[in-house]
Amino acid sequence: MNAANYLYVSALLFSIGAIGVVVRRNAIVVFMCIELMLNASNLAFVTFARINGNLDGQVVAFFTMVVAACEVVVGLAIIVTIYRSRRSASVDDASLLKR
Amino acid sequence: MLNLALQVGKTSTPESVLFWILGPACVLAALAMVMVKKAVHSAILLASIMITLAIFYIAQDALFLGIVQVVVYTGAVMMLFLFILMLVGVDTSDSLTETIPFLRPIAILSSLGFGGLLITLIGRATLGHPMVGLSEANADGNVPALSQLLFSKYVWAFEVVSALLITAALGAMVLAHNHRVSARPTQRDLSIARFRTGSLATAAGLPNPGVYALHNAVDVPALLPDGTPAAASISAMLEARGDVIESLPFQLPAKGEDE
Repeated sequence: MNAANYLYVSALLFSIGAIGVVVRRNAIVVFMCIELMLNASNLAFVTFARINGNLDGQVVAFFTMVVAACEVVVGLAIIVTIYRSRRSASVDDASLLKR
Repeated sequence: MLNLALQVGKTSTPESVLFWILGPACVLAALAMVMVKKAVHSAILLASIMITLAIFYIAQDALFLGIVQVVVYTGAVMMLFLFILMLVGVDTSDSLTETIPFLRPIAILSSLGFGGLLITLIGRATLGHPMVGLSEANADGNVPALSQLLFSKYVWAFEVVSALLITAALGAMVLAHNHRVSARPTQRDLSIARFRTGSLATAAGLPNPGVYALHNAVDVPALLPDGTPAAASISAMLEARGDVIESLPFQLPAKGEDE
């Protein structure tokens, strides 16, 4: 098997995640799709680390995981806060800035 | 004709078997995750994708990252997602009506284009060298080699990320903390409110539910002196759920009917 196949899987997962972010309306599902995109990029990092034979890619993937964890914590707190005030977790309902 | 052959080197046969089983499963799970209606099902599918990716990492000599993936993502992050789903309400199902016209076809088309672009880009790129592999870099273990790199070359990024983690924890605490708009009512306030508003009949509290010889629970109304059930003695919540029992079977027959 060609080692670049991991990169193709990574690209597929990234684009599927992008579809989800645009199409889904539930804020939590949108968040999960963002996590999927981050994971796909991590897979590409790990594969490139192996192809190039140094561990820098793995270190960057590790940092991506840490930043993703931060992002999840803050993002979910924002979702809970919005839900508490508006009783809805749909991204279409939070449109106050439009008016 | 597309030329998708970035030749970076062959992997071993067991790894390719692993890939051809888990890779399609992973992509299918991702598609299903975007398409299923319930958020909980999406979360479960995402967890399975993350476990698959952890196996991929371990197969690619990234042992530490594979284990961190399981612990952090499938352990902590997905747990957090499910927790928030429970908090926000599982039944807030996604409305599948399109609010923006033609959003879905446009999104799918552009994502397909983006994915095709990425894949052809990867397929046509040349790296100038065959796959090196990590056996040399991981000579004395993956974790020591990673930590060597993390605490020398990337130590500044490491410190910045630690500051980011602390900031995120603080931010979550600030966001989750809800402060009262008005002061909490004291017992005195409640007592005054009870006498000022509403009728004096309920000032001493609402009547208790019925106490009968055969049944003594909150789901049966008490009887008024004229023998009719008192609606105020039953919790409105129980009534809304339809859990209220008729008090008639527990009543003693009236004296006139007895003889």
